[in-house]
Amino acid sequence: MDIVTLSRLQFAVTVMFHFIFVPLTLGLSVLTAYMETRYVKSGDETYLRMAKFWGKLFLINFALGVVTGITMEFQFGMNWAEYSRYVGDIFGAPLAIEATVAFFLESVFIGLWIFGWNKVSKKVHAFAIWMVAIATNLSALWILLANGWMQHPVGYVLRNNRAEMVDFMALVTNTNGLLKFTHQLFSGYTVASFFVMGVSAWHLLRKSETDFFKRSFRIAATFGLASSFLLALFGDFSAVEVAATQPAKFASMESLWETKRGVGLNLLLLPDPEHECNSVEQLCVPKVVSLLAFHTPDAEIKGLKEFPPELRPPLLPTFLSFRIMVGLGSYFILAALGAVFFSRWGKLENQTLFLKLLVYTIPLPYLANQFGWIVAEVGRQPWIVYGVLKTSDAVSKSVSMGQVIGSLFGFTLLYGLLGAVDIYLLVKFARKGPDNDLTTMIRPRGQEA
Amino acid sequence: MEYQILWFILWGVLWAVYFMLDGFVMGAGMLHNLLGKSDGDKRVMINTIGPVWEGNEVWLVTAGGVTFAAFPTTYALMFSALYTALFLLLCALIVRGVSYEFRGKEDFAWWKRTWDYAIMVGNFLPALLFGVAFGNFFAGLPIDADGFHGSILTLLNPYGLLTGVLFVLLFTVHGALYLTVKSTDDLSRRSNRMADRLWPLLLVVAVLFLVATKFATRLYDNYLAHPLLLIIPLLAVGSLLAIRLLSGKGKPLSALAASSLTILMVVGTGVAGLFPNMIPSNIDTAYSLTIFNSSSSLYTLKIMTVVAGIFVPIVIGYKIWIYRIFRAPVRVEEVLADKHAY
Ligand code: HDD
Ligand code: HEM
Ligand code: HEM
Repeated sequence: MDIVTLSRLQFAVTVMFHFIFVPLTLGLSVLTAYMETRYVKSGDETYLRMAKFWGKLFLINFALGVVTGITMEFQFGMNWAEYSRYVGDIFGAPLAIEATVAFFLESVFIGLWIFGWNKVSKKVHAFAIWMVAIATNLSALWILLANGWMQHPVGYVLRNNRAEMVDFMALVTNTNGLLKFTHQLFSGYTVASFFVMGVSAWHLLRKSETDFFKRSFRIAATFGLASSFLLALFGDFSAVEVAATQPAKFASMESLWETKRGVGLNLLLLPDPEHECNSVEQLCVPKVVSLLAFHTPDAEIKGLKEFPPELRPPLLPTFLSFRIMVGLGSYFILAALGAVFFSRWGKLENQTLFLKLLVYTIPLPYLANQFGWIVAEVGRQPWIVYGVLKTSDAVSKSVSMGQVIGSLFGFTLLYGLLGAVDIYLLVKFARKGPDNDLTTMIRPRGQEA
Repeated sequence: MEYQILWFILWGVLWAVYFMLDGFVMGAGMLHNLLGKSDGDKRVMINTIGPVWEGNEVWLVTAGGVTFAAFPTTYALMFSALYTALFLLLCALIVRGVSYEFRGKEDFAWWKRTWDYAIMVGNFLPALLFGVAFGNFFAGLPIDADGFHGSILTLLNPYGLLTGVLFVLLFTVHGALYLTVKSTDDLSRRSNRMADRLWPLLLVVAVLFLVATKFATRLYDNYLAHPLLLIIPLLAVGSLLAIRLLSGKGKPLSALAASSLTILMVVGTGVAGLFPNMIPSNIDTAYSLTIFNSSSSLYTLKIMTVVAGIFVPIVIGYKIWIYRIFRAPVRVEEVLADKHAY
C-alpha cells in the first residue's frame, strides 16, 4: 500500500468511528430536551425520569463522539497537508466557525446540564439541554457545509497557487451542503428514534417499567416516522443533486454503463466492473431512475463509459452501499409506521414479535448512515475536491509511511478498545432501566439541603 | 491594523487562554494519584473540573481551526511536521476525556485504578508535548523550499524538552492552586502545600528557560527592537513571584489568578518574540513561515473577523456565567450524594 491509500484508510477509520456516535447525539439530544421540557411544563415526574434515563445514555455516547472529533480537526493538517494548504483559505473557515459558534456552546452547556441539577432552576436546566441540542445540530451544519464544498466547490477562484474564497454566501447557501445537512439531520433523528424504540422494546418484552417505556416508545415512534419519511424525501433531493453535479458518482450508484434515456430501475442487478457491464439485470421498473434523478421520465443519464476509467469512482462499494441505504430507508418507514400504529391504537406490550424486531433494528440505522457516507465519499473519488484537486495530490509530503502505519495501527487499537468499553456501558445502562430514586431532584436555587 | 496582525494576536490569545484554562485541568490530572488519597478525594478532584473541562478543551479545537482558516500554510506545515507528537497528543486527550466519564460507571477496584492512571498519563503527556512543540516553534524548525525535514527526534532537543518541563511544572502548580480553591478541608490544604513545594522548582526551570531562550532562539530580538514589549516578560516574572507570595499569605484565589497571568504572559512572551514569524526556519530565514506569507486571503480574514467579533464576546459571556454558577468549592458529601456527578 502507498501513503495515499494508508492515509485514506486512516481518515476513513477515524471519521467512520467518530460517526458511530454523532448521529445518536444529534437525535437523542433533541429527544431528551423534549422530555425535560414536558416535565417542566407538566410537573409529571415520569418525564423527569425519562430525561434522566435517556440523558444518561446520551452522555455515555457523547463522551466518545467528542474526543474522536478532535482527531478529525487535526488530521487535515497531519495527513492532508497539501489539501490544507491548497484549500485552507475556503475550507478552514467553516471549521473555525463551527468551533466558535457550535462547540463552545455545546461543551459549556453540557457541563451545566450534567452538574447543574441542584444549582439552577428547572427552566434554566431545560434551557441547557436545548442549547446542547441546538449546538450539536449547528455543528453538523458547519461541518456539512465544509463537506458540501468538497463535493461541489463554489464561491472560489484559483489564485496564488491555491483556491481562495471570493463569496462566503455561496459557501453558506451551497445546495449540496444544505442537502447534506438536512439529510444528515433526519438520519441522526432516525438513528435516535430507533435506538429509543429498540431499548424500550427490550424492556417491554420483560415487562419492566411498562408505563415508562410505553411512553418513551410513543414519543420516539412519532419522531421516527416523521424523520424517516423526511429522510427519504431529502435522500431523493440528494440524488437529484448528485445526478446534476456528479454524474460519474450517480452512474456508479446505479451501475449504469451506457448513456440512456428513460432509464429504468432493475430491482435485481449484479455489476461486472471487469467487463464494464452488468451480469444480471432483472425485474426492471421502467423509467424510474430517470424520473427520480431529473423528475422527468425520459431524461438522459450519462453512463460510466462516458468517463475515462481513471475518473470513475470504485463501482462496487458505491453501488452496493447505495442500494443498502435505500433499502434500509424504506424498511425504516414501514417499521416506524407500525410503531406509531401499535403505540397509539394497539396493545404495544403484547406485540412480542414486533417488539423483538425493533430490538434487532437498533444497529440498522447506524449501518445505513455509514453506507450513506461511503456513497458520498467513495463516490467522489478520485477527487478530494470535486473537479479541483485529486486525492492523490492532497497528501502530506513530509510524513513517512512508517508514521502513517504507526498512527493507523494506534488509532485502530485505541478506538477499538474504547469503542468496546463504551458500547458495553451503553448496553449495561440501557438494560438497567431508569432510576426510581429521585433523591437529586431539582430544587430551586437557595434551597439546597 | 492589518488583518494578519490582528489574527496573529488572536491566534496567540487563543493558545494562551487554552493553556490557562486546560492548564489547571492538566495540572489537577497530573496530581490525581498524588493528592487523591481516597476514592472520595479523587472524585472530588474530578468533579472540580467536571463542569468545565470540555469547554476548556474547545479552546484547543478553536485554536486549531483558526490556524487552519487564518494561516493555512502554517497549519499544513505545523501539523504534518509534528505528526507523531500530535498522534500521541490525540491519544492522550482521547484517553483522558473518556476516563472522566467512564471511571464512575463501575465499582471494581481495578476498573477505577485503570482510569486513575489513564487520567494521570492523559494529562501529563499533553502538557509535556505542548511544551516541546512550542519550544520548537520558538527555536524554529528545519524548513526549506521542500518543507519540513526531520522527525520526532528533531523535536526532542534540549530546548524543546526544557520548554516541555516548564509547561508541566507551570500547569502542575496552576492545577494545585485550582484544587486548593475548589476543594475543602484536608484535600485543599494538601493541594496548597503541593503548590508551595513545587514552586521553587518552577522558578528554577523558568530562569533556565529565560536564559536558554537567549541562546536557542531569536525571540529577544523583538524585545531589543521594541523595549515596550518587555512589559510582557516582566509581567510573567512578576506574576510568577506573586504566586508564592500570595499563596504564602493564605490567599489561594489570588495565587490562582497570578498563576493564570503567568501562563498567559509566558505564552505571550514567546508569541510576541516570534512576530512576524509563526514558525521560523532554522536553516534559512528566507523559508520561515510568517504571518504574511502563510495567511489566508484578505477576504477570508475579513469574514472571520466579523464572525469572531460577534461570537467571541458571546462565548466569553456564557463562560463567565457558568464559572460563576460553579464557583463554590466541591465537597465530598455533595459528590457522594449526587448521582449525576462523575
Ligand atoms: C439512517 C441513515 C440513512 C438512510 C435510511 C438513508 N440515507 Fe442517504 N445518506 C445518509 C444516511 C441515510 C447519510 C449518512 O447521512 C449520507 C452520507 C452523506 C450525506 O449527506 O448523507 C447519505 C447520503 C446519500 C446520498 C449521497 C449524497 C452525496 O453523495 O452527496 C444519496 C443520493 C442519498 N443518501 C439518498 C438516499 C435515499 C434516496 C434514501 C432512501 C430512503 C436514503 N438516502 C436513505
Ligand atoms: C457529517 C460529519 C460530521 C458531523 C455531523 C459531526 C458532528 C459532530 C457533533 C454533533 C459533535 C459533538 C459530539 C458528539 O456528537 O458526540 C462532534 C464533535 C466533534 N467533531 Fe464532528 N462531525 C462530523 C465529522 C467531523 C469531521 C470530518 C470533523 C473534522 C473537522 C469533525 C470535528 C469535530 C470535533 C473537533 C469535535 C469535538 C468538539 C468538542 O470538543 O466538543 N467532525 N461532531
Ligand atoms: C461522518 C461522516 C463521514 C464519513 C463516514 C466519511 C467517510 C469517508 C470515507 C469512507 C473516506 C474514504 C474514501 C476512500 O478512500 O475512497 C473518506 C475520505 C475523506 N473524507 Fe469523508 N466521511 C465523512 C464526512 C466527511 C466530512 C464532513 C469531511 C470534511 C469536512 C470529510 C472529508 C474527507 C476527506 C478529507 C477524505 C480523505 C480523502 C479521500 O480518501 O477521499 N469527510 N471519508
